[in-house]
Amino acid sequence: MNKNLRWRLIAIVAVIALAIWSFYPPASKVNLGLDLKGGVHMVMRVQTDAALRIETETTVERLRETLAKANVQYSKLEAADPTEFVVEGIQNDQAFRQAAAEVDTVFSRSSGAGSYTYAMRPNLAVQLREETVTQALQTIERRVNDLGVAEPVVARHGAANQILVQLPGVTDVARAKEIIRNTALLELKIVEMGPFPTEEAALQAYNNALPPDLVVVPGSEDVAATGGGTPSTVYYAVRRVPPITGRDLRTARPSLDQNNLPAVSFSLNQDGARRFGQLTEQNINRQLAIILDNRVFSAPVIQSRITDEGQITGSFTQQEAQDLSLVLRSGALPAPMDFLEERTVGPSLGADSIRAGVTAAVGGLLLVMLFILFYYRLAGLNALVSIVTNLLILLGMMAYLGATMTLPGFAGFILTIGIGVDSNVLIFERIKEELAAGRPVKAAINAGFDRVWWTIVDTHVASLIAAAFLFQFGTGPIRGFATSLAIGLAANVFTAIFVSRTIFELVLTRRRVATLSI
Amino acid sequence: MRILTDVNIDWLRWRWHALAFSWLIILSGVWLMATRGVPLGIDFSGGTLVVVEFEQPVTEEAVRNALAAVPGEKAVQRYGEAGQNQILIRLPQGTETEQGFALEQQATAIVDNLQKANVGKFEVLSTDIVGPVIGEDLQQKGIYATIGSLFGIMCYIAFRFRPSFGVGAMVASIHDVLITLSFLVFAGYELSLNVVAAILTLVGYGVNDQIVIFDRIRENLRTNRREPMNVVVNKGVNQTLPRTVITAGTTALSVLSLYLFGGEVLEPFAFAMLVGIITSTYSTVFIASAIAVLLSDRKRSAAPAAATTQAATPARPGRKSGRARAS
Repeated sequence: MNKNLRWRLIAIVAVIALAIWSFYPPASKVNLGLDLKGGVHMVMRVQTDAALRIETETTVERLRETLAKANVQYSKLEAADPTEFVVEGIQNDQAFRQAAAEVDTVFSRSSGAGSYTYAMRPNLAVQLREETVTQALQTIERRVNDLGVAEPVVARHGAANQILVQLPGVTDVARAKEIIRNTALLELKIVEMGPFPTEEAALQAYNNALPPDLVVVPGSEDVAATGGGTPSTVYYAVRRVPPITGRDLRTARPSLDQNNLPAVSFSLNQDGARRFGQLTEQNINRQLAIILDNRVFSAPVIQSRITDEGQITGSFTQQEAQDLSLVLRSGALPAPMDFLEERTVGPSLGADSIRAGVTAAVGGLLLVMLFILFYYRLAGLNALVSIVTNLLILLGMMAYLGATMTLPGFAGFILTIGIGVDSNVLIFERIKEELAAGRPVKAAINAGFDRVWWTIVDTHVASLIAAAFLFQFGTGPIRGFATSLAIGLAANVFTAIFVSRTIFELVLTRRRVATLSI
Repeated sequence: MRILTDVNIDWLRWRWHALAFSWLIILSGVWLMATRGVPLGIDFSGGTLVVVEFEQPVTEEAVRNALAAVPGEKAVQRYGEAGQNQILIRLPQGTETEQGFALEQQATAIVDNLQKANVGKFEVLSTDIVGPVIGEDLQQKGIYATIGSLFGIMCYIAFRFRPSFGVGAMVASIHDVLITLSFLVFAGYELSLNVVAAILTLVGYGVNDQIVIFDRIRENLRTNRREPMNVVVNKGVNQTLPRTVITAGTTALSVLSLYLFGGEVLEPFAFAMLVGIITSTYSTVFIASAIAVLLSDRKRSAAPAAATTQAATPARPGRKSGRARAS
């Protein structure tokens, strides 16, 4: 055996050993996709318009206060659009402009006098949208981590404002979804009037002209007031802009209320506690509405000044109280979500798919093996070694790169077998032709490999181009296919040329061969 | 053992017959798609798909009755292997918008109604909900990816061989895609993500055959300078015929295993691959080489010096001097 050949053999054995070491044991080293492991894949869209609307409304409320202080009279001031608000009938234009100067940094004012339209500056709007999505992403990440899911994916997805969440191995999908998408916007507001039995009654209390800074919010009747009956829906009139929100929370935890029913206790951070103290002190004997996602959970009467502690009561189960504390701790989503796509795979289906995929791959290998051995005899054995080596490298690389194996990924394995056979057939047929043309064995083998080298490169590059587009196009399962196909292609150049040729040469050096079993 | 050696078939003679045959299949496929519409799976059309497994055998009729209260045109069919009691329920995109969590209602309604009805205990195996935004997005991506890979491969072949070969390869690939689509429609399969993946793979796979034959033609062009193009092409196709047939056979064998054992999800994928492998072999022999000849002939008569072909054909390392024209 010459030195060159020995080194080549060592290299091949090393590659095989490395590949096996990389993926063994496959159960723990190969990443399984959601379609095999079970779990949920969701795409949601952040309603960034809602975040912009909140910003605009907050600005309007602040401006209203400033104008009141500066004693500027106007007939109308309201948010018309998520990014626009209008002011009409201004008495003293000079004073208005002075008072509203602060607004100009964020909003651009239309020209004219007496009436203006303010539009949010486009670059700031874009920035705010961006921030909203980022915040939503971070909030969801915190919640998913709190849920304790192994290897979750929370990422921006495709078009603007979309978020992809993948939770492998989650069995209670309904609960996971509830936790992730719960806006959990906590607001503490003083009740201006109420409760009313209907929304109409609430509006009538204001002569059907609700002041623009107030809103009517639904809520459950206080359990104590029903005397044990089912609480019906009641309505409260509260201010539009909350003095305290979930952002002022320091923490939240499940607890029990005075009737020993599950509740959620929260404490406020320093700044929140100071404002909360002020608010409660000024409003003793009025009701404080604890509003979660635009629904009043409870509206206790303020007995005394409270600083940093509060409790949300309602008819919670233990689990609900726990989940609510979790979402409150992780912070509110900056805007509600729209639900675009869900794909849930149960664990038993995943196991079935693995079985089907492995059966198909082994079946394919066996069928091809039989044919090749029948048609190419001893040389077929060579082809088999190179194909099996290829599959080992493919598995090893997938494990090493942390690539995800999916159900279509098995198709990638099967096609890799096909491609491996293709390259070997190409080479063998060429060798046969050369032999038929009367060349000696060694020359025929050399010519066979040399002639097809560029053909093999070309075919593989072409297939890789297709695989690259496939990867770009696909979602999870298809990407798994593209990945296994691409790795299989790359490995095949090595096995079909290098491994196969080395084996031929190895046989030729061992004994003088006059005829080739091919 | 050798098969198909020393064949001497004038493949190019049959190109018009082949073309007519292909058109027949493609046109009937297109006619079916035009009259019945392209059958899109929920990946592209949007909608809700729920697969449930019952503990006891149930009839599709019972499930359909249980879901009578769920609005929309439901499809209820058996799924998976016999004896597994799996039922697939599909609802088309409803009128709900994607505002909030409205999309989920269909899936919830299906499960609720099954629970209320007296059809036995069941487990939800999988739920797929696809909204119109995602569906449209995937449609667009699928079209771009197909066009992109066709074009990318054409450029590569034009660069490595001749521009005329690139065009020939692309036309043959488009032909393969259309034929495969037609057969999918004939067999009643829907266009899903997996099927599009199969089609994209076929674009890459079909080109393999073409490259092998083009490579041989190029080699022959170099060694047989005096022979006319169509003779050289025929010879190339004949010489590579054993390889073409054996490869198609073995790849088809392995994909057949996928079709038989790969399960319900991969069945359409495997079907598309099977049809595609056979089609691409046929189109390489009849279509790609015919177009290559056609375009080369025109080029030669238009520009006798053939300087354009020469310049546009890049050399591979060490082979530049051996390059020759086929005239």
